[in-house]
Amino acid sequence: MTRKISLGPLNRVEGDLDIQLTLNEKDTESTFIESARINSTLYRGFENLLTGKSVMDALTITPRVCGICSISQSVAAAKAIANFAQIPMAENGQRVTNTLLATEMVADIITHFYLFFMPDFAHPAYKKMPWAEQVNENFTAVSGSQHGMMLKARAEFMHIMGILAGKWPHSMVFQPGGVSKAVSLSEQMKLLGIVANFKSFLEQQLFGDSLANICAIQNQAELENWQQNHSKNHSHFSTFLTISQSLNLTEFGSSTSQFLAFPAFEQNTNNYYHGGVFLDQKIQPLAHEHIVEHHKFAKLYGSEFSPSQGLTQPDVDKKDAYTWCKAPRYNNHVMETGSLARQFIEGDALAQSLVNNTGANIHNRMVLRLIEMAKLVTQIEFWLTEIEPSKSFCHHKALPKEGTGIGLSEAARGSLGHWFSVERGKITNYQLVAPTSWNFSPRDNQNIPGVLEQALADLPYANEKDKQMLQHIIRSFDPCMLCTVH
Amino acid sequence: MTKPLNLLWLQASGCGGCTMSLLNLEQPNLFEALKNSNINLLWHASLSADPNNNFIDVIEQVLSDQCPLDILCVEGSVVTGPDGTGKFHLVSGLNIPMMTLIEQLAEKAKHILAIGSCTAFGGMTRSNKNQTGIKGLQYSGEQKGGLLGRDYLSEENMPVVNIAGCPAHPEWIMHTIQAIALNKFTRDEVDSFQRPKFYTEHLAHHACPKNEYYEYKASAAKSGQAGCLMENLGCKATQAAADCNIRLWNGHGSCPKAGYACINCTAPEFEEPGHPFAQTPKLAGIPIGLPTDMPKAWFIALSSLSKAATPERLKVNAHSENIKITPDMARKKKVSK
Repeated sequence: MTRKISLGPLNRVEGDLDIQLTLNEKDTESTFIESARINSTLYRGFENLLTGKSVMDALTITPRVCGICSISQSVAAAKAIANFAQIPMAENGQRVTNTLLATEMVADIITHFYLFFMPDFAHPAYKKMPWAEQVNENFTAVSGSQHGMMLKARAEFMHIMGILAGKWPHSMVFQPGGVSKAVSLSEQMKLLGIVANFKSFLEQQLFGDSLANICAIQNQAELENWQQNHSKNHSHFSTFLTISQSLNLTEFGSSTSQFLAFPAFEQNTNNYYHGGVFLDQKIQPLAHEHIVEHHKFAKLYGSEFSPSQGLTQPDVDKKDAYTWCKAPRYNNHVMETGSLARQFIEGDALAQSLVNNTGANIHNRMVLRLIEMAKLVTQIEFWLTEIEPSKSFCHHKALPKEGTGIGLSEAARGSLGHWFSVERGKITNYQLVAPTSWNFSPRDNQNIPGVLEQALADLPYANEKDKQMLQHIIRSFDPCMLCTVH
Repeated sequence: MTKPLNLLWLQASGCGGCTMSLLNLEQPNLFEALKNSNINLLWHASLSADPNNNFIDVIEQVLSDQCPLDILCVEGSVVTGPDGTGKFHLVSGLNIPMMTLIEQLAEKAKHILAIGSCTAFGGMTRSNKNQTGIKGLQYSGEQKGGLLGRDYLSEENMPVVNIAGCPAHPEWIMHTIQAIALNKFTRDEVDSFQRPKFYTEHLAHHACPKNEYYEYKASAAKSGQAGCLMENLGCKATQAAADCNIRLWNGHGSCPKAGYACINCTAPEFEEPGHPFAQTPKLAGIPIGLPTDMPKAWFIALSSLSKAATPERLKVNAHSENIKITPDMARKKKVSK
């Protein structure tokens, strides 16, 4: 016997999310999820806001797709314009852009861990667990004792935005050839101080160990070793590892195990993340022409489109459609994107060890996000130190009146791409594909479910613990529904 | 401690940026600040615990008057499309359009705060011919009305308070809430667009560090150059009602400080300037949008005089990314003449 229920509105995800579950209830003890349908419930049509606008207006309009991933959108737009006009980025411009993008990612990761993800363990379903009392005290939503310290550290860290970007969110400092603000020697010193200050918070409160030691963990065995050696220090990372072990979080949340990453963080003519795909059990170069968006189950006209020729026209009563989100596919494959995906594809030793051992599950996603944060903070220090205050921060070149642009980058949650066409100096089509569009996509034109839809299928749904596990799986992706539909 | 106030925070057709901005609140952090004002957060989409269906319970309790609604915060514009059905945004769990839920809650609220320009006037979501039927809570663009209508008053006889900005500054939001908790936020506190005067009584132009460049009309020609951004690069700070360069963002910043135009984001219809955002529209070389309440003829006269008097130092620096001639170098040059 099957029954449909709705999980929604899901909070502590960015934006509006609704999940329809079809439950199979042979008897109450063996109820399980037959299938899941992810519904992004808000349509704003941002791509259509850009039609007819001047090219540079994309730098003002696209960040407003999302206030959480504002800089990620700006960077992708700036990259797309740079691609369109073939403008080389000033090296200082790269360093500042990278610093700002990484700062936003770090803020995302830390906010998600404390405010969105950990509160799910302060739940009555876990009241008998040995860590329940401490976790309730520390991480209960809003009233948890550890949130205030994180908020303070985060807000101070965001002074980087004040100095380099003017404000966050929604900065127009990003230009195709660099950034609109030069950095003085004193500002450079100040920025390094701000990073050092945040590093202290991470080392004392989050990790309970130096970032150097955290970044040096190379494989699963070393991580387990670290966990054993630090189980008594009650750092928040250590607490998470304890919880994860007791709930077997390595056994939940796996999906297709096919990964996607875009190049990110330009360094000269190279990139810190090179991007690529993990398909057919091997890492392969990215061929973005393989990206197609399927519309069958989206409330949108049309069937399937490459983003360079995409269409976003709402069809609100379309038969069988259950979401506003298109289904992006890479050569018809369902791809997971995010911190785990990009580190795995980059060849990060720890990422590969964890994923090869137990897959892309809740535990590995969260561990790799937190450790990526440690690595990014170290990298921010590097980029800031490399800034040369007396050199240029912005190159300029006239924009052509015709052509196309593609800008691929990474946001905290994964791969983000912008595609646009220009005629007579105005944008004729602008399309974007966001990370959560991949992860929380609906079924595609071949009826294959998306990443999360697959992760939720066949899971038990009999008791409170089963139900709570879904919450951990959903939030392990750190979804941003605003970017998803846009 | 002031009496406890229930606060419900809904996210409509926005980007969530105002909540993200609010998380940047300092001294104290957001959760401390709410506690200090004795605010009970009934629900916030990004922050609340909600073990299963708590949101629906909260809504039922408020609508059936079991739970008082002291402050309703709405973040994001109201989407009425397609064709007035509101189906572009259905509230999950309740399956009604968000616009309907907002209308129902507005009848119960003692205070309503429109958080951000989207909620106040429509904002960016309303640009490019308003294809999705966007309204603000009590305005559509400059036109009073919006979702709730021009005559709407809350249970405390207050119109919608428009904490406009894109995003809103965390202090603009929090200080309004704090003042309400202390019974200090009366109708006199808002301007003609119902925005809190405590920030709109200033212009973003006030305290801009490029003031010397502005004084001499030593203007940047390209992005990244240090000069004034008004003449060529689209800066509207001389018209923008906000205290950005006084209060500062994220401890230090403002849009012009980071070398890009103020786009007047606290104003209705900022999203459709009628020209590219980063370019100043001109007629015969004179910027079309003049500083607030400045007579055109005088502006032209003053500008001509200023330009004639511009020191070499400023002329050169205005077109450079880094300072090329310091005041010290300029003084030495003069002395040695």
